[in-house]
Amino acid sequence: MSFFKVKNIVKNFGGLTAVNKVSFTVEKGEIFGLIGPNGSGKTTIFNLINRFYPLTSGEIYFQGQRIDGLPTHKICELGIGRTFQVVKPLKRMSVLENVMAGAFLHTSNIARARARALEVLDFCALAHRKDMEAKSLTIADRKRLEIARALATEPKLLLLDETAAGLNPKEQEEAIAIIQKIRDAGITIIIVEHVMKIIMGISNRVLAINFGREIACGTPREIANHPEVIKAYLGEAYA
Amino acid sequence: MTAKGWLTPTVIAVVALVLPLILRDPYPQHILIMILIWATLGTAWNLLGGYAGQVSFGHAAFFGLGAYSAGLLFFHLKISTWWGLLLGPLVATAVAVPIGLICFRLRGPYFALATLALGEIFRLVFTNWVSFTRGAQGILILSTFPTKVPYYYIALAIWGLAMFTLNRLINSKLGYYFVSIREDQDAAESLGIPTTRYKMYALLPSAFLAGLTGAFYMNYIAFIDPHVVFSLGDISVMVILVVMMGGVANPWGAPVGAAIYIALNEIFRAWLGSANVLAFGILVCLVILFLPNGVMGELGQIRRTAFRQKPAAAGGGQK
Amino acid sequence: MSLFGQTVICGILLGGMYALIAIGMTLIMGVMKIINLAHGALVMVGMYITYVCYKSWGLDPYLGMLIAMPALFLIGCLIQKYMINRLVEVDSILPENQVLLTVGIMLVLTEVARLIFKSDYRSVTTGYSSSTFFVGDMSISVPMTVGFFIAMAFTYLLHLFLTRTDLGRSIRATAQDRNAAVYMGVNAPRVTVITFGIGSALAAAGGSLLLPLFYLWPDIGHLFTAKAFIITILGGMGSTMGAIFGGLTLGIAESLGATYISMGYKDVVGLVIFLFVLLFIPGGFKSLTKR
Repeated sequence: MSFFKVKNIVKNFGGLTAVNKVSFTVEKGEIFGLIGPNGSGKTTIFNLINRFYPLTSGEIYFQGQRIDGLPTHKICELGIGRTFQVVKPLKRMSVLENVMAGAFLHTSNIARARARALEVLDFCALAHRKDMEAKSLTIADRKRLEIARALATEPKLLLLDETAAGLNPKEQEEAIAIIQKIRDAGITIIIVEHVMKIIMGISNRVLAINFGREIACGTPREIANHPEVIKAYLGEAYA
Repeated sequence: MTAKGWLTPTVIAVVALVLPLILRDPYPQHILIMILIWATLGTAWNLLGGYAGQVSFGHAAFFGLGAYSAGLLFFHLKISTWWGLLLGPLVATAVAVPIGLICFRLRGPYFALATLALGEIFRLVFTNWVSFTRGAQGILILSTFPTKVPYYYIALAIWGLAMFTLNRLINSKLGYYFVSIREDQDAAESLGIPTTRYKMYALLPSAFLAGLTGAFYMNYIAFIDPHVVFSLGDISVMVILVVMMGGVANPWGAPVGAAIYIALNEIFRAWLGSANVLAFGILVCLVILFLPNGVMGELGQIRRTAFRQKPAAAGGGQK
Repeated sequence: MSLFGQTVICGILLGGMYALIAIGMTLIMGVMKIINLAHGALVMVGMYITYVCYKSWGLDPYLGMLIAMPALFLIGCLIQKYMINRLVEVDSILPENQVLLTVGIMLVLTEVARLIFKSDYRSVTTGYSSSTFFVGDMSISVPMTVGFFIAMAFTYLLHLFLTRTDLGRSIRATAQDRNAAVYMGVNAPRVTVITFGIGSALAAAGGSLLLPLFYLWPDIGHLFTAKAFIITILGGMGSTMGAIFGGLTLGIAESLGATYISMGYKDVVGLVIFLFVLLFIPGGFKSLTKR
């Protein structure tokens, strides 16, 4: 029984097939990367796992249990957390309150939720901002808040959607460090990224997709040298 | 709470309790009771609208159901309308369940329009189903008490219950969840929050309190008809304006808004006669344009303007 | 059978005029994405202007309409420019502040009308107010028919404006994607002002056409706001074709309701249809035709 399995998932929006029979498995404890040009369907795949959109067809299994019919909150309850590409801070709540909103998944006690939230904020090096209103944060801090909030729900599998987009090199380094810390804490990660340095640097395996379809799957080195991948990103001339 | 935190509510409570003994004239007593009624109704709406972000344009439905539960007990069964204080909120809550299940599938303006339509449907049904409700003739009862003082204390107790309920809810896990849903429903779902269920957890107490207010209204005013208690403009929309002026998502928003609304209405009526509604309309426009988060929400800004202080740094705000 | 036919035709004629009012609202909703609860009040103001023209100068409502329309265009522009546009930059907890501002505007317009005209029911009776003509043995009202055709003419003119002129295209662009339109050089605030003006002018036109058929008093605005909403949702926000469809549907449903159920419950029919569409066909008629 694999940890997380996606089997032949398809998503049609009207006449457009955004995701076309994609399949992959993710092993426990690994960092699994998802790359592809803009519009290739990466975020749509996340939205399908998280049931933001219903599947047109296909199956999704988490720890042996089929999850593709379940509502979003139930999927989170089972242990899948996600961040959003366009961050969604709870603007009029403080940073601490944002993370507490995640922590309440596993407790009804305010003090315990606050304690857990503070732990997570420490882990993500965001504790110094804990009383700031979320809408006043910089983009880098918002992205980190997004991760902290998802972590507070105690996920076993974390979906990270372009957490490094818009960050300067130093902030990217910090983001990589946090992601590795999360993996070391035993959480499996699926990460979508455009910044090649990051995703190739930390992933165990990578799936490359284009036009909603898989074009290659393997280790970062295999993917980097795969002619189809090069063609998709850089064009025919370089393949 | 700290010792200082207890001071204000205690002072307010003491003042509230002795007020009718100081103001012995029935007219100011009536004003106080109306303020309490609107403060309670406003608090009920605020829970669902201000905190959970589900802006209902049909709260008159719950108010009217409460009022008619009390009135029809008398009309059909000759039972005292005071039993309506029990039946009214229960009926309103029971009806809120299907209403919520229907309307919570919609968001933002569509939710508002759906609740508006439902409120109007209730009004029209109660107006036309004459055999059951007496239609536009309404229901008239004899007042139980010769003075207003007992009514005042009952209204005060009801308002106290509303404030207590609001306080307990927003300072609990539910409160955090309500605000999360308001701020970003999709993010909330992704954090494991069953948003429809928690919206119901906000709706049910809201409907309960609105129904309770309606039942009390029946007993106090002693006359109701569908045109008044199910009114879109005078109840549903007005309660939104009241809370908005006082400050949504603030526990004192509804009481402050109610006080402003009732007091200003009386003042406008005394000074301007029939132009009082016009003055109110102008006031609404001005408040929305210049105090977008209501009096309580813009308290900082008001203080700064009044005392000509420098603007505050970024950050800080309210839940 | 002729009762049925007569009812349906009456519904269609009335519905066409309701549609004209609703087109103003759907345009405003499509471009500015705001719920305008003052729309019926704008209709009412237009009706009073036409009424005054009639009472003071004996001007036929169909001519008085030509005065009411520019007047409401101006009022609409002023409202959008100095009030609603101001709210766009404001950061409030609930986004519904815009809607509530329109409530405030509605109160002001309604009460000003009440101050001037009192709450008395007024009516305009022209030579043809109660004229009818016969098709077979169905009796059809003349003012309804004339009003219907004028409404359709205006709708067609609007359609030409939106599709053939630059300003019209700017309006449609702003409705589809405001930011993209701005990048293309469209002056979005100016477009919103003009759109509100046009929507108000159309509301005035619809009201004037209905003047020979309704009693006029300040609160009549609420009635038209409700109808405009039902039609807008039925037809799909921002769609002129949809507004026509919605108007005709509402007109027929109301007419059948009034004839076969009762006068009191006829409004319930419209509201129930409204709820049904909100819940199950959120895009309205417009979304159904796109399949």
